[in-house]
Amino acid sequence: MTQMSVPWRPRGKAKFDGPAGMVAGGAKTVFAIFAPFVRAFPGAIMLSAVFGTIVAVWAHYLLFEVVDIALIGSTFNIPANTGLLGGPLTVEEARSALTQIGAPAAGFLCYLLYPVQYGLVRDLVAAGGILGFISVIPLYTIWWERKVAGRIQSRTGPMRVGGWHGWSQSMADGIKLICKEDLCPAGADKPLFKLAPYLAFVPAILAFFALPFGTYWVFRQLDVALVFILAMLGIEVLGVIIAGWASNNKWSVYGAMREACQMVSYEIPMGMALLIPIMCVGTLSLTTIGDTQSGGWTSWIVFRSPFTFAAALVYYIASLASCKRAPFDLPESESELVAGFHTEYSGFRWSLFFFAEYAAMFVVSGLLVILFFGAWYSPLPLLWADGLGESLPARAVKGVLFAGPIWFIAKCVFLLYVQIWLRWTLPRIRIDQVLYACIQVLLPLMMLILLGHTFYELLVPVGGVVWTLFNLILSTIGAVLMIGMLFVATYGCWNRVRLVGNLGRELLPGS
Amino acid sequence: MHHPRQRPGKTVLLTFALAALTCVTMTSAQEPDFGDVGFEFPPEPPPQAADTPTEFDGVPLSIPGGATEALLFYLFGGTLLVSALGVCISRSVVRMATWLFFTLGAASVLYFLLGAAFLGAIQLIVYAGGTLILLVFGVMLTSKSPWVRYDCPRTEMAAAAGVAIVLFAGLLTLLTRTVWPGTAPMARGGTVAEFGKELLTTYLVPFEVASVLLLVVMIAAAYLARQDR
Amino acid sequence: MADIGLMHYLMLAAALFCCGIFVMMTKRNAIGILIGVELVLNSVNINFIAFDRYRLIHGLDGQIAALFVILLAAAEAAVAVAICMNLYKNLNTIDVDRGDALHG
Repeated sequence: MTQMSVPWRPRGKAKFDGPAGMVAGGAKTVFAIFAPFVRAFPGAIMLSAVFGTIVAVWAHYLLFEVVDIALIGSTFNIPANTGLLGGPLTVEEARSALTQIGAPAAGFLCYLLYPVQYGLVRDLVAAGGILGFISVIPLYTIWWERKVAGRIQSRTGPMRVGGWHGWSQSMADGIKLICKEDLCPAGADKPLFKLAPYLAFVPAILAFFALPFGTYWVFRQLDVALVFILAMLGIEVLGVIIAGWASNNKWSVYGAMREACQMVSYEIPMGMALLIPIMCVGTLSLTTIGDTQSGGWTSWIVFRSPFTFAAALVYYIASLASCKRAPFDLPESESELVAGFHTEYSGFRWSLFFFAEYAAMFVVSGLLVILFFGAWYSPLPLLWADGLGESLPARAVKGVLFAGPIWFIAKCVFLLYVQIWLRWTLPRIRIDQVLYACIQVLLPLMMLILLGHTFYELLVPVGGVVWTLFNLILSTIGAVLMIGMLFVATYGCWNRVRLVGNLGRELLPGS
Repeated sequence: MHHPRQRPGKTVLLTFALAALTCVTMTSAQEPDFGDVGFEFPPEPPPQAADTPTEFDGVPLSIPGGATEALLFYLFGGTLLVSALGVCISRSVVRMATWLFFTLGAASVLYFLLGAAFLGAIQLIVYAGGTLILLVFGVMLTSKSPWVRYDCPRTEMAAAAGVAIVLFAGLLTLLTRTVWPGTAPMARGGTVAEFGKELLTTYLVPFEVASVLLLVVMIAAAYLARQDR
Repeated sequence: MADIGLMHYLMLAAALFCCGIFVMMTKRNAIGILIGVELVLNSVNINFIAFDRYRLIHGLDGQIAALFVILLAAAEAAVAVAICMNLYKNLNTIDVDRGDALHG
């Protein structure tokens, strides 16, 4: 392992003894084994990790499906068996179900499958998957945000940790945060101060339990999923307010009060904007709303009428305010409030607020995607996939090209990118401007949109001339915007050296 | 923050009123006969009537039964009671509000358990996400420091505890002596669509009155809280 | 023990009701009293929904009554917090025992 040349003086060897020494030694050994590979093939490793995750999740899904087929084939009744402890399915039944769908190595797989029939085991597997996803999303969004911020300001962002473009910077930060001292100010309300980060973090996790990633890719298919997720986003604010209050610091209390009035105000236009897809589809179930948009680009609810188009915009602005992103990041503004509600926090509890914030960013983007931007469907109509049949390769093609969690996550990631982009290009506005924008601009506008959409749904027949015309015009506008943006992004990426120079990258170790 | 002036003692009055009420309920709970008060219990529906599929789509919430339900009930019922007691014994208002948050959350889980998923979600969004934040906001606007407390004398505290315990005993007596007509649980909760249809047909007038009330409340709160009065 | 019936929910609601009454009697802070009111309203809601599930009332009546209770509680809290702010503006405290003058 070659030592990188660094501009600072290298530290002496750290000394550990006892169990800590064993852990540190193990970590160093693991690092020594993996570091050369990571340095050599960073891109390939990241790509294969993403691909491997997708394959693993898909394999789980197939396993669940096989169990369902086996249960239908057997004499047991499904709803009675999906309780806490599932129903008895013998290994032979699993094997016969596997041979029925033509899976390879059925004799081996049936033993793997056996525990999956229990509802509790399935829930644990799915909850583990969700927790893993929530842990990974903030890590990489934070890293990506720093990279994007760097590019917008003609810097490179983190470049050192991990080798390729500082890809493990967030993990290093996470380790640092866990090791830091957990401070609690002397004047603080100690129990509340310690509780508040969890009050912010746990609702963010719970929101994911009702958020569908695909038609069947949801932990609990709630009839009231939309209201539930909105409630979780609202409860998250309580953690922030209590954190500000319990810190017993004037800046923190100001941050908390700003958060409270901002959140309570922006929930109104946000909720009203969400009423519009509910009016179009007639249900609160996110899965059903998503499934009505399977007909390709023009069937997305955002292109349904001029009012849905405007409502999507209003929702996006309100969602920025509700997860306190710039230009509405007043509760935590560094320059005026010294980080606002989390001034007094350090270490792990501080990082929980950021996990909650980035998870909430993903959830609000996910809601926008499901309700307006075609959920987990690609711009191609699902109808075209009918000729492919039901074999495993055909389903893989369908999952990649037409409908699947990949599309959902890709759209969410794009919207996350837009949030980051806005944060680093727009200035922060004052609190009175924030409230003015909500109460006097967005709210009346949203009321007009709601009223207009009600009459549009009542008076304009679906599939009629006017409806089709508006649908086509809006779809074209959307397509032009999207293609234009892709073109500009490609052009900028192609000519980046000519536009901003190489930013001294040849001097940095990670390039 | 003890007030020097002698007060008539709100608690003493309440004590008498509630003790009298409790005595009345305990004595009148001998043989309840609901026919006398002009209230007819609806006839018990046939067991399968509520389980037939309706014209609405949507996933009806299946209610867990047996051991699962018992486990969840004792878990969240216990949380509810512990956090309600936490509200009783906390002295700082924000701590009370935090305990109240756990009470509301546990109550919402109980609503889910009772098959009222929509109400559970509404409880979370309106109570925990709206009302509670409003209360905490009110605390922030009306206290000079986090440590300002308005304590109650110990004697009044003891009297209030006595009243609450007597009242609870009275209510328990009333509950255990009452003979409830058929209490077979519904197999599933209502869907949101059924709920909405009911709200816009049978309950249209209360629904509209409630919306007018909300408008009035909005104007009233803005009027009361405005700056220059 | 294993089977949860109507009585379990009613007893739980009764306990919650008594906690609410206790809070209303002992707290001197106006917002504390409001919190007690919320506890009482929640116990009522649990009763309504339990009656609904165990078919003691017709159709969805119980759930709809509970919905109106939640709605009225939110409205009541908004007005009460505004009143508390006025109390604080006039008396510089929200100790309810100090608000005993007919006009302040």
